[in-house]
Amino acid sequence: MKKKGNLRLILSLAVVALLYGAAVLVEHTSGSKSMVVTVLQKGAVYALIAVSMNLLNGFTGLFSLGQAGFMLIGAYSYAILTIPMAKRAAVYQYYDGGIVQFTIGLLPALLVAGVMAALFAALIGMPVLRLKGDYLAIATLGFAEIIRAFVQWDAIGPLTNGSNLLKTYPTLKTAMPGNTLLFTFLVVGVCIGLILLLINSTYGRAFKAIRDDEIAAEAMGINLFRHKQMAFVISSFFAGIGGALLAMYQGSLQANGFKSAMTYEILLIVVIGGMGSVSGSILASFLFIACSEWWLRFLDAETMIGNFQVPLLAPGFRMVAFSIVIMVVVLFFRKGIMGDRELWELGSRRQAKGGGRNK
Amino acid sequence: MSEQKNHDTSVLRLRDITMQFGGVVAINNLSLEVNQGEIVALIGPNGAGKTTAFNCITGVYEPTNGEVYFHGKPIAVNHPQGKMAKQYAGINGDAYRGKKPVVYSPDKITKMGIARTFQNIRLFKSQTAFENVLIGTHLRRTSNLFTAAFRLNAKEEKAMREKAAALLEIVGLSGEADELAVSLPYGKQRRLEIARALATEPSLLLLDEPAAGMNPQETDELGEFIVDIKNRFNLTVFMIEHHMNLVMDISDRIYVLDFGKQIAEGTPEEIQKNPDVIAAYLGVEEE
Ligand SMILES: Nc1ncnc2c1ncn2[C@@H]1O[C@H](COP(=O)(O)OP(=O)(O)OP(=O)(O)O)[C@@H](O)[C@H]1O
Ligand SMILES: [Mg+2]
Repeated sequence: MKKKGNLRLILSLAVVALLYGAAVLVEHTSGSKSMVVTVLQKGAVYALIAVSMNLLNGFTGLFSLGQAGFMLIGAYSYAILTIPMAKRAAVYQYYDGGIVQFTIGLLPALLVAGVMAALFAALIGMPVLRLKGDYLAIATLGFAEIIRAFVQWDAIGPLTNGSNLLKTYPTLKTAMPGNTLLFTFLVVGVCIGLILLLINSTYGRAFKAIRDDEIAAEAMGINLFRHKQMAFVISSFFAGIGGALLAMYQGSLQANGFKSAMTYEILLIVVIGGMGSVSGSILASFLFIACSEWWLRFLDAETMIGNFQVPLLAPGFRMVAFSIVIMVVVLFFRKGIMGDRELWELGSRRQAKGGGRNK
Repeated sequence: MSEQKNHDTSVLRLRDITMQFGGVVAINNLSLEVNQGEIVALIGPNGAGKTTAFNCITGVYEPTNGEVYFHGKPIAVNHPQGKMAKQYAGINGDAYRGKKPVVYSPDKITKMGIARTFQNIRLFKSQTAFENVLIGTHLRRTSNLFTAAFRLNAKEEKAMREKAAALLEIVGLSGEADELAVSLPYGKQRRLEIARALATEPSLLLLDEPAAGMNPQETDELGEFIVDIKNRFNLTVFMIEHHMNLVMDISDRIYVLDFGKQIAEGTPEEIQKNPDVIAAYLGVEEE
């Protein structure tokens, strides 16, 4: 059984390597500006964010809606630390070039983005994680809104540039010129890999126990607050990195891009993919981004067939179609694409790896 | 405090425990003792307050008044405070006034060595039988988040899995290791809950109606099983049970609760002859 597990791991890694190779190939054949590359970039960034949200909502059973807030913290931390010195005067034109007068490397900045988001999570986790269910959702949502207003506050403008754009920081395109996708996939892949390692450790099992039954988990000696805090901080850490990657994807950054609608979008992805399934979140992210950025674009375009104007197709209709999809999913496919299973478990009976009678 | 030290053999000691919910006195001045190596039963009609007593011991509820000691150490101490001071309908309300309240959360109590099962089975529903037991081993880990995520604790992880597998073997569920816990028949779920409790390495095991939903043969086997694990793991067992055959078979002593009050205490023979007990159980008798 152990051997079979190893085989599956090797196979999975081989598949991942193949996909990465394919991504490099796609970028080199169709160019960095093609729609496929755009969708794959944004899809990968969303995959990380969705998986980080799933860690909290799907694996630990905490209904938190603060994701956009932590992404914002990550995005701002990254941008503030990486805007080249030469460009600061122009970017911070209303604030005398800003107060941060140094830059750090791209990868360290990504790390700091995660750490800052995690720090905020640790702080607000203390009061809000004692709340249950809906109250936790409301409190985290409120936090995200407050942080969005806060960074735009004029008084801290020298740090955040107030409500003005942050730009000229290194983007996905400039990070590894010509290999945008490879860079994105590597960062996202490492992060999701870390989350998977955690989920499959004894701590991940404790998270799932809390999700399944808090009272029983506590009776098993699991310190509820401590474990919820861990899940919250780790989820926020990766949401912070995800936010930074999103800023890198966009090329410029403004706090109003991180509204609660973004959190709902990610929640939708998590639900479509399956609460408690990492691979489900990844699949759903690419699907969702492909639809919203590409396949369903035609819904927003007024279209004429000969002299006939196709009804309904007008700007804004895409959102209507999306809302209908949400309703259908919530009403009829509550388990999502994957339920709480993983792609690499399909075909095998539900089993505890290496345990039980297989000894 | 020093008087407690004399009770070397007492594993669990309740003194004047009262649990009042609003105006409802669910437990009324209950005192009892469970000694090392004993199997003690807590019986009484429905709604007598038995499960509430378990919840007071395990930190799910904070008792309104009284003290709970575990191996001579106070694990719950309280007296009526605030609004409850006026509302209090029990006795001995002043006896613990000077003492500092002691509260531990359920996970701390489990860590000290008290494990329990639930009357309305509470297994982790998305997990297999094996994973359910495995979660019980999380408590005694030495790994931290970092070492666990990066598999630096591989040795401990292996030991955890071996222990979970061994416990499943002991409760006779090796064949069902990879089944979803909640898909098992009732009797097996109860055994699985016991295995999961044992995984936390308790010295005191609290069983809340372990035979509920079992047929007579399963109940007999359960009795032998409880005695067996008690000896094997050097446990003390405190058990709530309605099946009188089982209670009379394996208990060293029995406490009887009715409407929150203790109405009798003694050996199975004494309890069977006790007129108060017979009166309380009139019409509910099993024999
Ligand atoms: N959290 C609570 N709030 C209010 N009342 C409660 C609470 N928990 C228990 N009670 C009340 O306390 C009394 C004792 O309940 P308990 O569950 O302890 O009975 P029991 O002896 O375990 O009965 P059974 O044999 O049916 O399990 C009941 O009247 C119940 O309604
Ligand atoms: Mg009960």
